[in-house]
This record gives sequence, structure tokens and C-alpha cells, in this order.
Amino acid sequence: MTLSINDHTLITMAHGAGGRAMRCLIEEVFINVFGGEQLLRMEDQARLDMAQLSSLGDRLAYTTDSYVIDPLEFPGGNIGSLAVNGTVNDLAVGGARPLYLSCAFIIEEGIEVGLLRRIVEGMRDAALRAGVTVVTGDTKVVPRGKGDKVFINTSGIGVIEHGVNLHATQCQPGDKIIVSGSLGDHGATILQARGDLALEADLQSDCQPLHGLVQLMLAECPDIRAMRDATRGGIAAVLHEFATASGFAMRLHEEMLPVKPEVRGVCEILGLDALHFANEGRLVAVVPAKHAEALLRSMRQHPAGQDANIIGEVLDKAVARVQVATALGGERLLEMPDGELLPRIC
Amino acid sequence: MRYVDEFRDPLLARQLLDRIAQRMRSPSLKARLPVRIMEVCGGHTHSIFRYGLESLLPEGIELIHGPGCPVCVLPRERVDDCLAIAAQPDVIFATFGDAMRVPGTQKSLQQARSEGLDIRMVYSPLDALELARKNPSRRIVFFGLGFETTMPSTALTLKQAADEGVSNFFLLCHHITIVPTLKALLDDGDVALDGFIGPGHVSMVIGLEPYAFIARQFQKPFIVSGFEPLDILQSILILLEQLANTEARVENQYTRVVQPAGNRQAQAAVAEVFELRERFVWRGLGEIEHSGVRIRPAYAAFDAERVFDLPAGRGEQGEDVHCGQVLKGLLHPHQCPLFGKVCTPSTPIGALMVSSEGACSACYQYKRTEVL
Repeated sequence: MTLSINDHTLITMAHGAGGRAMRCLIEEVFINVFGGEQLLRMEDQARLDMAQLSSLGDRLAYTTDSYVIDPLEFPGGNIGSLAVNGTVNDLAVGGARPLYLSCAFIIEEGIEVGLLRRIVEGMRDAALRAGVTVVTGDTKVVPRGKGDKVFINTSGIGVIEHGVNLHATQCQPGDKIIVSGSLGDHGATILQARGDLALEADLQSDCQPLHGLVQLMLAECPDIRAMRDATRGGIAAVLHEFATASGFAMRLHEEMLPVKPEVRGVCEILGLDALHFANEGRLVAVVPAKHAEALLRSMRQHPAGQDANIIGEVLDKAVARVQVATALGGERLLEMPDGELLPRIC
Repeated sequence: MRYVDEFRDPLLARQLLDRIAQRMRSPSLKARLPVRIMEVCGGHTHSIFRYGLESLLPEGIELIHGPGCPVCVLPRERVDDCLAIAAQPDVIFATFGDAMRVPGTQKSLQQARSEGLDIRMVYSPLDALELARKNPSRRIVFFGLGFETTMPSTALTLKQAADEGVSNFFLLCHHITIVPTLKALLDDGDVALDGFIGPGHVSMVIGLEPYAFIARQFQKPFIVSGFEPLDILQSILILLEQLANTEARVENQYTRVVQPAGNRQAQAAVAEVFELRERFVWRGLGEIEHSGVRIRPAYAAFDAERVFDLPAGRGEQGEDVHCGQVLKGLLHPHQCPLFGKVCTPSTPIGALMVSSEGACSACYQYKRTEVL
């Protein structure tokens, strides 16, 4: 029996059984693609230098996220790049500089090694771009039908510089709400990529790392109150979190919301709201009004912030809700997305 | 976005609102305040709340949110039928997303799916037919829901299944038709209305003639309208002008989509596959004569009502008494004692809270600021 694998090899239970087949998969796919000193040592744990960490700041930021997405590959990325950028961004919006990632794969028996390799390459490229290193990992294989092709978990460690304090509780009346780019691109792309809609729009996921933009923003305005990346639940969910944590109402202005025409088209057809769509490379920040314009100008200089816009403000109303001033002059509530987004057809 | 933004222009909206306000000052209208207008279609209800139109209209205009949301008038027992079919081990049950959250007597399709039934969301009946081709050992049942808007695509899919001889595709037909329900509302003495904003997409299929009796027999203006805010405002203005001149006509505001005769091809497909039922149950409104269609005998082999055993014991439930009053415009959504307290979009008691086009859900999502 040969153990060598190529891109057409199908993953079997043997690749997760701890023996030679697994060793072969790890070396051929993971270590070959990722490289890196830590992984090459193949110890059971990564060993991180504390002196180096503490030279960068005074707090560790530590986060974890699991990635399950259908389809695994989509315009603008794949589950691998998503698993890196998602965790990098969770660190970044806390003001941390992302440094190290772990990555754990749960693979369903029967997928092609080629697909796995593309996913791992997506992770590698995203990690390079974000300047983070994958230092430890794990692989499990589950029987066909017990998983959904590939699940990935990544954890991340970053360091927060002394003096950086971002908290949703700090939002104050009069503060401005800024978003770093167009809304809903990722969510709309995934809906389209599932292929069960006969939609043909030129859509691409916004999947990208945000820590460079965040560092630029903190340099320009150290008084930024709060920041979140607007993933599941979209900016609607983030603004509800801000409103709940601070106890103040948030108001958006419909005509200031950056939503691409293609994304609006998908929303119109399905009766969905782009403010509820997931993003994978967009952040929402609350900043003191006096700094907002200058901050916006510098954000727009950064590739991840080109389409940034001021979209609303914190109201002097002590009630945790989010409202939208419509272009026509009316006012409506923006609800927290309510579970599964169900398209409206009939 | 072209052909959409033009109909959301704030400046034009302001001009229309000014003209509406001016019209409301005319003596003949002042004498009959408030003017009560029913928008028949859920799509209009959604737009009205989404753009906050009610808050922009002058005092004296009252919008009543009508029964034109197919999900909202879906009886619990019908959801039970869906569940009984979906529970057959060889069945894949295919439905539009709209129906997933509607509560049945015990549970919704969404809950049943989490318990292991094979229930799939599709975007078109053709997707369900494709499921049938791909899964020859399973029976695929499509839940056909909606007014004349979705009826033609269901009819054409059934014809295609027949042409191809697909034997594992079935339709549970819950297509309904709005005109008899409007007649029932008008016949019912306790609904006081001055006119209607008529459905746009339904009219695209059926044309204008079916509404003629509303103007002729009941003396109510009926304005077929598009769904954008400017469409709705313009329709309200047209309606007020008719009222001010003591006229009652069917008028087409949505001329960019609706032809007076409708779409004859679509009508022909519907007529070939479907026939009127004697009566059909609407949630909250009860039984209404000729308000639904069923599959003609020629297509009986595809008819899930004939092929599957459906639970016995029908009849209108009592607990939705408030929904019926809201549907008839006798109660505003927020006046219902359950509204926003036990009945919310994530825990709907009545179906009006389920669809984003339901009056209660739209009111809850977009307008709770004012009412709570």
C-alpha cells in the first residue's frame, strides 16, 4: 500500500488515525505549505518567547473562532483565508497586534487532498498578508456524513500596546459611528456562491485583515471609544451590542450607508437587509465627533478603508436601540437580526 | 440602482407629500375624515413601515394593513399537513423560506427540520423539480404558496414535470386568490374603508378587470400600485383625488409593470393546471368562498392532497381572533394585547408576526419606537 498522496487522493479515516497516513498528510499538506520553524519542530505545543511578547505591550489578547461555511471556496477567498482573517480581526478590533495562530481541522472523509491544499494555501497567504504565524495545529478526520467537508478552528494571540483601551461601554452621546467600507459584500457573495439562486452579480467577499487599518486609526485618534468587526449579524448586530453596552441609542442615516449596487440588488430580490449580512473585512468604530473627519480622511488612505464613511451617531437617549433615519425623512427601527435570514419569495 | 432609486427620491417624495396635504385640505375630503385606505398587499405594508411613510403622511389618513400576505393567512392546520407529509421517511419537503417559521398546531417547519425531517428551502418550484430529478428514490413535495404572483411558476413547473414524466414530484397546493377575499371584506359590514391600494404583482398576472366590481358595486377607488415609496405616495394621491371628486374607479399607477389585461400566457398556464376550490380557510378570516385553487384532475398524479394521508380535523382556530381583527383593519397591530409581549418575530403566536410583510412584524420591526 502506497502512502504517497496527490491532489486527487481522497481523505480516508486513515489520514486521521495517527499513523503513517496521517503523518504523510500533515507533512505533505500542512507543513509543506505552512513551513515555519515552530511547525517544523513537530512538538506537541508551540513555545512562545515571553520577553518578545512583553516588549510589544502590556496585555495579551487571546481569541478563538470556528469556521463552518458553505461553499468552502467563494469569490474573494476560501474557508482557510476566512479562518485566518476572522481571528486576526477579532484580535485587531481590540487594539491588539496579532502574532500567533493555532489551527485545527476537522475533515470529513472523502474530500480531495487538492481541495484541502487550496484551503491551506489560502490560510498561508492570508497569514503572510496579516503578518501572523501558524504555530500549532491539529487534524481530525470524521466518517462521511458526520461532518460537512471541512471545519476549521483557529485561536489567536496578540499583544495590546500600553494605553490602548477600546470598550463598547465608552460610547457617549454625540460620538460618530464610522464603518470601514461597503456593507454586506461577504454575505451577498456567499448567498450567490451557493448557486441555488439564478443570480449573476459581480460580487466578491470583503475577506481581509484589518489590523493595519486599526493601527493606523489608533495612531490618528487614540481616543477611539470602541471597535468591532461586523461579522455574523452584520452591522445591525454590532450596533445593538454598542447600544446595550453603553446604554445609549444609536442612529444611522440611510443615505450615508455604503452598500454596493450589486449587494442592494440581491437584497431587493430576496427581501433581505444588507445591514444584517455578514462581513469579513469591515469594522465599525465609535469615535469622538471632533476627531471623526480627520480619522475618516486617514482611513480612506488605507486599502482596507477606502470606502469608509461616517454613518451615524450616538444619541443622547438612554435606551438601548438602533434607529435609521430614512432618506425620505421617516424614521424606523433596525432590529437585531432574528435567527436565520429567511428570504422572502411568495 | 437603476429603476429603483428613481422611486425613492426624497425631493419627489416631498412634492408628492405636499400635494397630498393640499388635497386633504379640500372641503369634500375634510367632511369625511379620517380617510381609511387599505393597502391589500404585504409588499406595500412592508414598504410603508420600512420607509416610515405613515409618519410622513398628513393627519387624517389612516392606512389599514390588509390580508395580502400569503404567509400571514396560512392556517396552523395547513402547516400540520406539511409536517405530516414531511414526516414520511422517503419525502424531501421543499418550501419557500417564507413558510419556515409559521407556527403549526405543535411546531413550525423550522423546528421540525432541526428534529431531523428533510425540509429544504428553495427559491423556485423549478429547484424542487430539480431535487426530484436528482433524487429518484425519494418523493419530493413542493409546498406551493402564494397568490397569482407565484401561481404561474408553480403551474409551469407542474406542466414540465408532466411533460418529462417525473413521477416522484408532488405539489401541496396552497395557492390563494385575493379578489374573493376583498369581496368578503366589503360584504362584511363592520369594515369601514374609503378605498384600496391594490396589489402590483398580482395585477401583473390577472390585470385590472377582476377589480371592476369594487369600484362599480361598492363605490371604492382601487389604485393598483408599485412597491416603492413614490409609487405608494402617488397612489394615495390618485385615490384622494378620486374621493375628492366623488369618483370610484380602478386606476393603474404601476403602468411600468401592469398591463390592463394582465399576462395572458400566465393566466392560461394557471387555468390549465388549477381550478377554484368551493371554499378555502384563511387564518384569522375563516372560510371564504372560491378563495383558493386546487390541482385539476388531469394533474391528479402530482397532487399531494390526493397522494398523501393528511391529518383529519380541520376548522378555524379560536386563538387568532385578534389576527382577524387586525387583518380587517378593526385593530391596529399594537392594540393587540399580545403584540410585542408574548408575540414577537422570534416567537410568533399569530402569523401576522411571521413574515416581514405581516402587519404585526413590520410594525414590530420598524415602528416600535412610537408604540411601546
